[in-house]
Amino acid sequence: MMINDAIVWLIAIPLLASLLSLVFPKKGTAIAIAGSILGLLASVALVYQVYQSGPITHELGGWKDGLGIVLRVDAMSALFIVMTMLVVTMVGFYASAYFTDAHKKAQFWPLWLMMVVALIALLASGDLFNLYVTLELLGLSAVGLTALSDNRAAVQAAIRYLGIGLLGSLVFLMGVALIYTAYGVLDLAMLATVVEAEPAAQLALALMTAGLLIKSALFPMHFWLPAAHANAPAPVSAALSALVVKVSVYLIIRLWFDVFSPVLQPTASFMLGVLGALAVVWGSWQALRAERLKLMAAYSTVAQLGYLFIFIPLVMAFPVGEERNTALAAFLLLALTHAFAKSALFLSSGVVLQRAGHDRIAELGGTARALPLTIFVIALAGVALIGLPPSGSFLGKWYLISSAVQTGQWWWIVVIAMGSLLAAGYMFRILGHAFGPDESIGKVMAKGSEEIPALILALTATVVLGFGSAWMWDFVNLASPLAGN
Amino acid sequence: MLQELLYGLAGLAVFVIGLRGALLHDNWLLRLLSLNVCGAGVFITFVAIAYRGLTLPADPVPHALVLTGIVVAVSAMAMALALGRRLRSYDD
Repeated sequence: MMINDAIVWLIAIPLLASLLSLVFPKKGTAIAIAGSILGLLASVALVYQVYQSGPITHELGGWKDGLGIVLRVDAMSALFIVMTMLVVTMVGFYASAYFTDAHKKAQFWPLWLMMVVALIALLASGDLFNLYVTLELLGLSAVGLTALSDNRAAVQAAIRYLGIGLLGSLVFLMGVALIYTAYGVLDLAMLATVVEAEPAAQLALALMTAGLLIKSALFPMHFWLPAAHANAPAPVSAALSALVVKVSVYLIIRLWFDVFSPVLQPTASFMLGVLGALAVVWGSWQALRAERLKLMAAYSTVAQLGYLFIFIPLVMAFPVGEERNTALAAFLLLALTHAFAKSALFLSSGVVLQRAGHDRIAELGGTARALPLTIFVIALAGVALIGLPPSGSFLGKWYLISSAVQTGQWWWIVVIAMGSLLAAGYMFRILGHAFGPDESIGKVMAKGSEEIPALILALTATVVLGFGSAWMWDFVNLASPLAGN
Repeated sequence: MLQELLYGLAGLAVFVIGLRGALLHDNWLLRLLSLNVCGAGVFITFVAIAYRGLTLPADPVPHALVLTGIVVAVSAMAMALALGRRLRSYDD
């Protein structure tokens, strides 16, 4: 049945589209858009399937008992997959108008679709070694995309990004080697049943987490992120900030709570929370001081990833069961909202950058008159990034605060309040300049194909996730391995 | 057993040496070379853990993993060198 193999199609379609767009560069845009839409439909079918029948396991080619490649999808990965496909499809529409040079387009689509393959395969992977391979595939395609901006700063950022990515993967791989030495298994589900709190498992988890922390740019390992995300072409920045860093955070949550739960130490989770808190404060402060729009958006990503790490000590504090699942659902809601809001913000920054010829915040006067829809999208994205109602992050942060009270960890509330205040500061600063009286930006027109995808993403972050996310709480309870399914 | 342990520890040592270089060097080429050393350390460890004594053949799984790892490392390095050349072309 087609519908029952949605996860296989989700990997096969972008892969095929990537190869086709390489062979037929002139038809690249059509192939990529068709592939993304098919993938988006398949991801909706996948969520429906998981909602109906719980987590799925798919053994590729019918190879049993860990001989072949196993794909696993539960509530968390299904929601991340649908988020990935929606962002990728919208950004794809935007990119078809953003790149005007045919040569550039021919370089962009194969790499872009390969990045999609890596993202989906990573989210669906059921064993440690495939996770390593997909991490590398993701890193390489992301570096290639960053270097597409044809200037020195971008290439320099790309080399640095590549080095950091390789370092993270190798440290992760060393952890995998230790796990195989100690337990002789790589399959996540089998590993979860045999892993014990002993030095080998602790060291392996520490190595894998360290590798992933470098990749997810947690403070103080964030130093590579602003340069790479701010210098890449706008559609690429959107995907890097919204998706690529986030799947490493996803993987940390997956390994910590689904696989290594007997090994976990409250001290380690508290440390991650503290680093997350520092990331919130430092990232927001740097975003407030940033002189360029895209750099501000990149620092805001550092801050927003920090919130996701604050969830770790809070999730730890709840026993396995419904309460922990609720915390996990709030984590997902915050992660999804950030993905949609940040991609909308980067796409709009790209429109401003292309029309005004620069993205210096202090010189944005008159932009609101010249590009009203784009500035509206930036304001909507701001609502979600600050965490004002009715955005999804309002609910996520609300829950974050109430669970901090519930578990007696009140100090996180101070950080959340500070981060939200600083976020309001950096978003209103942009809007203040954009509504300013100068006429530095003349009469320009933005194409609908650029502004509408950004608008859809921003509306998803604010309205759809704010009003229509009630089912997510049931979904996570029904279809996550933590629920004991 | 002792031999396996020696090889494994040697792999770890090479990994740490490479890691140190990758973190401390400023020059991107030196950093890449260090990453290669670091990768070699991981691969040696994988080869060592495949040993199952004289009576049994080596475990094929770690060997398969090393092959994949080497392929990935080589392509990543090729990409890094290509980017390095691009960077040089801006300076000339």
